[in-house]
Amino acid sequence: MSQNGHKVIGTRPIRHDGVDKVTGRAIYGADIQLTGLLHGTVKRSPHPHARIKNIDTSRAEAHPGVRAVVTAHDLPQIADKLADLGEAIVNLRDASNNVLAYGKVLYKGHAVAGVAAINLHVAQEAVELIDVEYEVLPHVTGVLEAMEDGAPILHEDMKTTSMGEETDKVSNIANHFQHKMGEPDDGFAEADVVIEREFTTQTVHQGYIETHNATALWNEEGQLTIWTSTQGAFSVRDQMAEILQMPVSKVKIVPLEIGGGFGGKISVYLDPVAALLSKKTGHPVKMTMTRDEVFEGTGPTPGSYLKVKMGATSDGRLTAATAYMAYEAGAYPGSPVGAGAGCIFTPYDIPNVQIDGYDVCVNKPKTNAYRAPGATNAAYATETVVDEISEKLGVDPLEFRVKNGAKEGTRRADGPVHPRIGCIETTEAALNSEHYRSSLAKSANGKVRGRGVASGYWFNFNGGRSAISVSINPDGTINMLEGSTDIGGSRASIAMQLAETIGLEATDIKPYVVDTDSIGYTDVTGGSRTTFGTGYAAHATGQALIREMKERASKLWDVPADAIDFEDGVFSYRDDAEKRGSFKEMASQAGDAGGPVVAQVSTNPDGSGGGAFATHVVDVEVDRETGKVDILRYTAVQDAGTAIHPSYVEGQMQGGVVQGIGWGLNEEYIYNDDGSMTNASFLDYRMPTTLDLPMIETIIVEVPNESHPYGVRGVGEVPIVPPPAALANAIYDATGVRLRDLPMSPPRVQKALAENGG
Amino acid sequence: MSKKVHVQTTINGEAVDFLCEPRNSLLEVLRDDLDHTGAKEGCNNGNCGACNVIMDGRLVNSCCVLGVEADGCEITTIEGIGSAANLHPLQQKFLEHAALQCGICTPGFIVSAKALLDENPNPTEDEVRYWLAGNLCRCTGYDKIVRAVLDARNGA
Repeated sequence: MSQNGHKVIGTRPIRHDGVDKVTGRAIYGADIQLTGLLHGTVKRSPHPHARIKNIDTSRAEAHPGVRAVVTAHDLPQIADKLADLGEAIVNLRDASNNVLAYGKVLYKGHAVAGVAAINLHVAQEAVELIDVEYEVLPHVTGVLEAMEDGAPILHEDMKTTSMGEETDKVSNIANHFQHKMGEPDDGFAEADVVIEREFTTQTVHQGYIETHNATALWNEEGQLTIWTSTQGAFSVRDQMAEILQMPVSKVKIVPLEIGGGFGGKISVYLDPVAALLSKKTGHPVKMTMTRDEVFEGTGPTPGSYLKVKMGATSDGRLTAATAYMAYEAGAYPGSPVGAGAGCIFTPYDIPNVQIDGYDVCVNKPKTNAYRAPGATNAAYATETVVDEISEKLGVDPLEFRVKNGAKEGTRRADGPVHPRIGCIETTEAALNSEHYRSSLAKSANGKVRGRGVASGYWFNFNGGRSAISVSINPDGTINMLEGSTDIGGSRASIAMQLAETIGLEATDIKPYVVDTDSIGYTDVTGGSRTTFGTGYAAHATGQALIREMKERASKLWDVPADAIDFEDGVFSYRDDAEKRGSFKEMASQAGDAGGPVVAQVSTNPDGSGGGAFATHVVDVEVDRETGKVDILRYTAVQDAGTAIHPSYVEGQMQGGVVQGIGWGLNEEYIYNDDGSMTNASFLDYRMPTTLDLPMIETIIVEVPNESHPYGVRGVGEVPIVPPPAALANAIYDATGVRLRDLPMSPPRVQKALAENGG
Repeated sequence: MSKKVHVQTTINGEAVDFLCEPRNSLLEVLRDDLDHTGAKEGCNNGNCGACNVIMDGRLVNSCCVLGVEADGCEITTIEGIGSAANLHPLQQKFLEHAALQCGICTPGFIVSAKALLDENPNPTEDEVRYWLAGNLCRCTGYDKIVRAVLDARNGA
């Protein structure tokens, strides 16, 4: 038995889908084989910004083995319409134009045509035979340059919305918003220490190992089926219905296993193209991206410019903070600057705050969610400034965070008031950790060492819609159908909550992620919502099953249902100790008393996803000669509310940390003057490997979320937030030089040290 | 399209014949023609290791080997390392340590780790990290993968 009286929650069972995944039998999106299958690929723009004058597909269509070619002219032209895809609001006209460019291409890699052929090589040959005539236009890839008057304009009809009002100004700034609380000028006047710094971050990619894929079959009755890897099958269904202008009832999405997403597998790219090609050919069409297509043709997370100013009194109280946040949206509006603004000062209780956010179009791929989207850029700025203030005041940076930490009742600058949160508890756990209490030995090899800390916040989405459908087998096991993509162990974490509720073992539940015709609408696996939201539904399902089983017991025993209790997995009749049976015993008889036992439950909880806080401690060693930063030790502390399966909570923390380390130390889209990404491969876009890392230590804090029956908080996203800032603070501790531009890659560190005498 | 070539090979202990174009990679042949979809394509240029197989005792990226090069070779894929009824110790340890999240890189890691343990049955953590640096995982941060391999040392 685990702690808190739970029998299943808090234990570490082997995940239900594990054997298939370690033996290579699990079927991922690209693994599907269908009779008559054709293979498709995409023709992409070589220019970052150009008008499409003409597309001639005749040579491609005449190429032996080619079955069909499609362009934007095969897509219905749709009006402006906003849709919520789960982690971002998207204009569906833009989504359509992003799938196949109409009129203009807005980034290198922008899709302009699709080809289906008898095999992938023939399709790739045909792509070279599509003749596109372009009028090349000036381009802009930097956020500040794109905001300047006179910058090349991506959307001639886009007027800046400012503070909620559309202006007359045509510019690349899609939106400017402001959050204000108190009077920052007064707050700064009270402060004894005020620090204002500028920061830049570069475009980075989620880097999931599985490339995007979609296989479509548009049958003769006009029914479209898509097999794909997605974070949200229903979101894909909605997007397909909108982009192809067809009823949702004509679209079925079959989610296959997904090889990572991190926010990047919500928007559709290939799915509508495969559908159009299938419609034209009458055959199923499979499309998969190459790795360079993933880098150049899907949604990374934005580069950004931030200016952050914070003030504190000499006794260590934060009095005011302001932030100017300009995020690249990429080709179409919709960067995560709004989410970043909701996170930027949230670990702190600051009375006077102003945040100005700018959503800016640039000639890069349309950005997308990436694990706590917007928050990592923001925390890099805030947490570095907080480190500097702590140093100026001569106080321990974690003590400073505890003193100024947000708690229940603290208002965020963007409005909401915190429910019960674990911000201070998490920071205190970091402060008291063996790692933080240990002393850092000096390097013996001429390199320099330092320690850094940083905190981070992510909202955790408020539940959302989830559906679960269960049937009880006569042996007492349960088939559990769900609509939530399992991207990293959520079959287990949801099944465990059902098992806990009805007194079974995790292995008694058989979870299946099913297609959109087989389960109720379920929101995306994103926003750290699944173990919270679909787990909430699992608990409700368990309650429904207990009610139903009491009814069955009532018939079997001929006693009133309301006199039957359910405790510790056993049903019993209050007035006769003989009349009792475990869930499994009752399940074997229940079918005789009213047919098979089934339940369908859907939920959309009102309460909070709980809010996630993390504080990280890192020790680094810096080679002043080369600028290379090695990580000696890393500890991540995080409030999980209640850890359902601690191994997978640790796994989320470790994985998030390492993505944050990559973002902090190496990863970036490197652009040349032509507006082309020059490092679109895993060789040149350098993600961390085993060799770059030590073990990642984890400390799970559990401050239960009052809005969930088991206290669950989302855990997936916040661990990516602190690492870049923690690393910057550690590098400063080692070298005496502050780095305010990401990534802190060897050439940049070396240059900064040379310029600043570090 | 070029004329297809007849290739005779041994896969997971069974004689297998196939026809492929000279331009087809071994990975393509395994996945598209031989229904061995356990090898995954993550990059198609030898940087991620998701397609790794053992070829005549040597660990290779099957995306960087041509199908025709497999002629006369013995190949071990993830499908040949263990089954649900008879898991290899590495597979068992990956499950126990929760050393996978999405699982797309897992077959490649297990094949690579198998090749390591075949060559060095008792590697240190540094040796494991050095050997596995050719396999990318984006979910786990590698901690639990390295622990699983270290824990599989004696059972392998």
